[in-house]
Amino acid sequence: MSNIESTFFDIGTMDTISRQDTFVHRLDPRIKVLTTLVFIVCVVSFGKHDISALVPFLVYPLFLVVLGDLPIAYLLRKLTFAAPFAVLIGIFNPLLDREVLLQIGAVGISGGWVSFMSILLRFTMTVGAALILIATTGYHSVCMALEKMGVPQVFVVQLLFLYRYLFVLVDEASRMVRARSLRSFQGKGLGMGVFGSMAGHLLLRTTGRAQRIHLAMLCRGFEGTIRPFHPLRVRGWEVMFLLGWSVLFVMMRLYNGPRLLGTWIQGFIS
Amino acid sequence: MSHHIVEVKDLRYTYPDGTPALQGMSFRVVHGESVAIVGANGAGKSTLLLHLNGYLAPKGGEIRIGDYPLTKKTLQTVRRTVGMVFQDPDDQLFMPTVYDDVAFGPLNLGLPTAEVESRVLNALSVVDTLHLKSRPPYKLSRGEKRAVAIASVLSMSPDILVMDEPTSDLDPRARRKLIELLKTFKHTKIIATHDLDMVVDLCERTIVIYNGRVTADGPTLEIFENQAILAESHLEKPLGMQGCPVCGNSVQQFSSLK
Amino acid sequence: MHMADALISPAVGGTLWAASAGLIGYSSRKVKQDMDDRRIPLMGVLGAFIFAAQMINFTIPGTGSSGHLGGGMILAILLGPAAAFLTLASVLTVQALFFADGGLLALGCNIFNLGFFPCFVAYPLIYRPVVRGKVSQRRLVIGATLSAVLGLQLGALGVVFETFFSGISDLPFVTFLLMMQPIHLAIGIVEGLVTAAVVVFVWKAKPETLEMSGALKPAGTSSFKRVLAGLLMAAAMAGGFISWFASTHPDGLEWSISRSTGQEELEPPKSGLYSWLADLQEKTAFLPDYGFRGSKKEEAGDAWPAVDPGTSLSGLLGGALTLIALVLIGVLLKRRKKHHVQH
Repeated sequence: MSNIESTFFDIGTMDTISRQDTFVHRLDPRIKVLTTLVFIVCVVSFGKHDISALVPFLVYPLFLVVLGDLPIAYLLRKLTFAAPFAVLIGIFNPLLDREVLLQIGAVGISGGWVSFMSILLRFTMTVGAALILIATTGYHSVCMALEKMGVPQVFVVQLLFLYRYLFVLVDEASRMVRARSLRSFQGKGLGMGVFGSMAGHLLLRTTGRAQRIHLAMLCRGFEGTIRPFHPLRVRGWEVMFLLGWSVLFVMMRLYNGPRLLGTWIQGFIS
Repeated sequence: MSHHIVEVKDLRYTYPDGTPALQGMSFRVVHGESVAIVGANGAGKSTLLLHLNGYLAPKGGEIRIGDYPLTKKTLQTVRRTVGMVFQDPDDQLFMPTVYDDVAFGPLNLGLPTAEVESRVLNALSVVDTLHLKSRPPYKLSRGEKRAVAIASVLSMSPDILVMDEPTSDLDPRARRKLIELLKTFKHTKIIATHDLDMVVDLCERTIVIYNGRVTADGPTLEIFENQAILAESHLEKPLGMQGCPVCGNSVQQFSSLK
Repeated sequence: MHMADALISPAVGGTLWAASAGLIGYSSRKVKQDMDDRRIPLMGVLGAFIFAAQMINFTIPGTGSSGHLGGGMILAILLGPAAAFLTLASVLTVQALFFADGGLLALGCNIFNLGFFPCFVAYPLIYRPVVRGKVSQRRLVIGATLSAVLGLQLGALGVVFETFFSGISDLPFVTFLLMMQPIHLAIGIVEGLVTAAVVVFVWKAKPETLEMSGALKPAGTSSFKRVLAGLLMAAAMAGGFISWFASTHPDGLEWSISRSTGQEELEPPKSGLYSWLADLQEKTAFLPDYGFRGSKKEEAGDAWPAVDPGTSLSGLLGGALTLIALVLIGVLLKRRKKHHVQH
C-alpha cells in the first residue's frame, strides 16, 4: 500500500478509536486538552540530564491507555515510525558530550548518552500525549474545545473544513498516483515535472470543488460566518480531574520520586 | 399558489471562454409538477440548473421564480424557495457531522435553536437517516450521503426542488429507495438526469434539451415513444420501454413496474 | 525540519507559541474582514490538497533522493498571506495531532518557522515584486524559486535558534547552522522549482485561479521594501552557500566541533547569588542555559553543588523500579479489563 493510502487508513483508524465509549472518552474535551498541556509543559521543563524524575510521568499516559481501551501496540508503532527530527539531532549528544556522569561498575555512561535517553523519553511522552489526546477525544471535539477556549472561530472552522475534505483529497490523490504507477514501467519514480502536472491537475479539481462547495453554502443561506453548533458542559468533578493531575505533575516535577525510592532501598540494603 | 412557479423565457448564456451554452430556452413549470430535464452530455442541463438558483446570471432572457424575477436583490429569497441538490454530495456536505449539515440552512435563516432542532430531526426522518445524525459525512455510504444531502436541503422547507443527477452512482436498492422517497414529495420537482427509467417512474413531464435549446417539451411517455427526438438528442428509450430481453415482446404497460 | 517537543524548553516553546497565536489571531481577523467569502471553502480544500500533495514523493534529478512539497509558497500564491498562514497552521496542527510530528508544544515553533516566513516575509518581499503585474512563465519560476529559498532558509534558521536556546541538544550553534543551511538551500531550490511547476501549470490552464490572492495585481512596493528584500535574499543565499562551502571543508566542521568540546570557559563561582540562581534554573529550566555550547557545566559533583541530574545510582535504581512497577500495573489492569468484558 502506498504512503498515501496508508495515511488514509491511519486517520480513519484514529477516528474510529476516538469514538469508543469509555470513562476517558466521555470527559469534557477541554479538560483533556488542558491536562495534556500541563503534562507536556512539565515534561519539557526538565533539565537535559533528567531521566529518573521523568519516569513517574508515564502514569498519565498509562492511565489513559488502560481506561480508554486504546490499542497500545498501534500507538507505539506510530511513535516509532515517525522518523523524528528529535532523534536525528539528539544522537549528536553522545558524540559531543563525553564527560562521564555515571559509573556502573566498570562502565561509564557519558552525559551525552544520558541526555539522549532523556530526549527519547521526552519524545515518547510528549508525542504520545498528543496521540492519546486525539485517540480519546476525537478531532471534532478537540476543535470544539479550542473554540470554547478562545481560539478564533475562523481558524477553528478552517480546522474542521480541512479535516472534512482530507479524506476526499487523499482519496483523489491516491487514485492519481495509482493510475500513474500502473502506466509507468521503468520504475524510475515520479519526476518533478510529472509531479508538477499531477499536482496541477489535482489543484484545479480542488479549486473547482471549492467553487461548488461555495455554491452549496450560498444555496443554504450562507452569509459569511459558519456556526459550528455544539454545546459543551463541564461537570464539577471533571475540573477535579484536571486539578488533581496537574498537582500531581507539579509534585513529580519538583520531587524526584524514583531517586527517593532508590535511596531508601539502597539504605535498606546496606 | 404562484410562488411555486418556475418560468424561463428565452434564456441565453455563454461561458467566459466564448462557448455558447444556452441559446434561447423557454418553458414554464407550475406548482406540484414533476419535470425531468434530459439530454446529451454538454447539452446544457447543469448550466440551466445553475441559473435556477441564481448562481449564474443569464446573458439574455429572463427567469422568474414564483412572483419574483431573478435579480441580485431577490437572490436570497429565491434561494430559500429553490432547494438545489448537487450531483456530488461531497460538495454539499461540508460540515463536521450530519446534524451540522442539515442544521446549516435553518441556522443561516436565523431560526431559534429549538426550531432548528425540530427541522433537522424532521428532515432526517423523512429521508430515513435519523440514526446517522452524529456521523461525520466521510463515514457515509454513497446512498446515505445522497439522502443526507437531500435532507440538508429539505430542512429549509423549499417549495421547489431542483436535482442534478440524483440517481447516478447509486446501487439499485439505494436508487429504488430514492425514487420511492421522491414520489412522496409534494414539492415542485425539476430533475436533470440520464436515468430515463426513473423519469418514467417519477416525472409526468419531460423537457428534452439539445445544444442549449429545448427540442421537446411534453408528457413523458409521448416523448419517449418519439424515436426521432430521442436519437437526435443522443438518447434511447428507457429500458422499461424496450423489448423484454427474454421473450422479445414489447412491454406496453410499464406503470405497473415495481 | 520540524521542531520536536523533545528538544524544546518551555521558555522557547512558550515564546514561539505566543508569536504564532498572535499571528493566528491577526490572520483570522484579516480573513474575516475580507469581503470575499469564497475564501473560506477554498482554504479548507486547499489545506487538504497540500496535505495530500505532501504524501506524494517525487525523485530529485541527479541525487536520486526523494522529496516532497512543503506547500507554503503555493498557498501564499493562491490565497494571499493571511489566509495561507491559517491554512498552513491548520495542516501542521493535524500533522501534530495525528502523525506524531513533533508535538504540541513544538507546534508553535513549526507554525512560525514554516508559516510566518513563507507567507509574511518571502511572499510579499520576493514573490510579489518579481511577479509584478506582468505575469510570465519566467517571472513565475524565478519568483517562486527565490521566495521558496528565502522562506526555507529563514525557517531553518529559526529551528537552529530554537534548538540552541532550549539547551536540550548539545549541538553547538555554528555546527548546527552549518548542517541546516546548505541542506535547506537545496531543499528550497527544489521546493521553488516544484512550486513553480504547479503554479505555471495552473496559470496556463486557468489563470483566474491566481487572482484570489491578488497575485496578478501590481504590487506597490516602496523602495525600502525592495532594499530589504534584496538584503534578505543576499543574506539567505550567502548563508546557504558559505555554510555549504564551509561544511565541505573538514577543517571547518572539525574546528567548530573541537571548539565545542574544548575547555575554554571559565568555571562559574561556587557560591552566592549565582549558585542560588543556578539552582533555581536547574530546577525549573525556565531561563535557558545560554553560554557557549560545550563548556563543561555538568561536571558531576564539584562546580554546582545544587546540580543533581538524577543520574546518580540511586536515581537509576529508583527509576528502573518505578518503570517496572508502572508497566506491571498497566499490564495487570489491561488484563483485568479484558476479563471483565469477557464476562
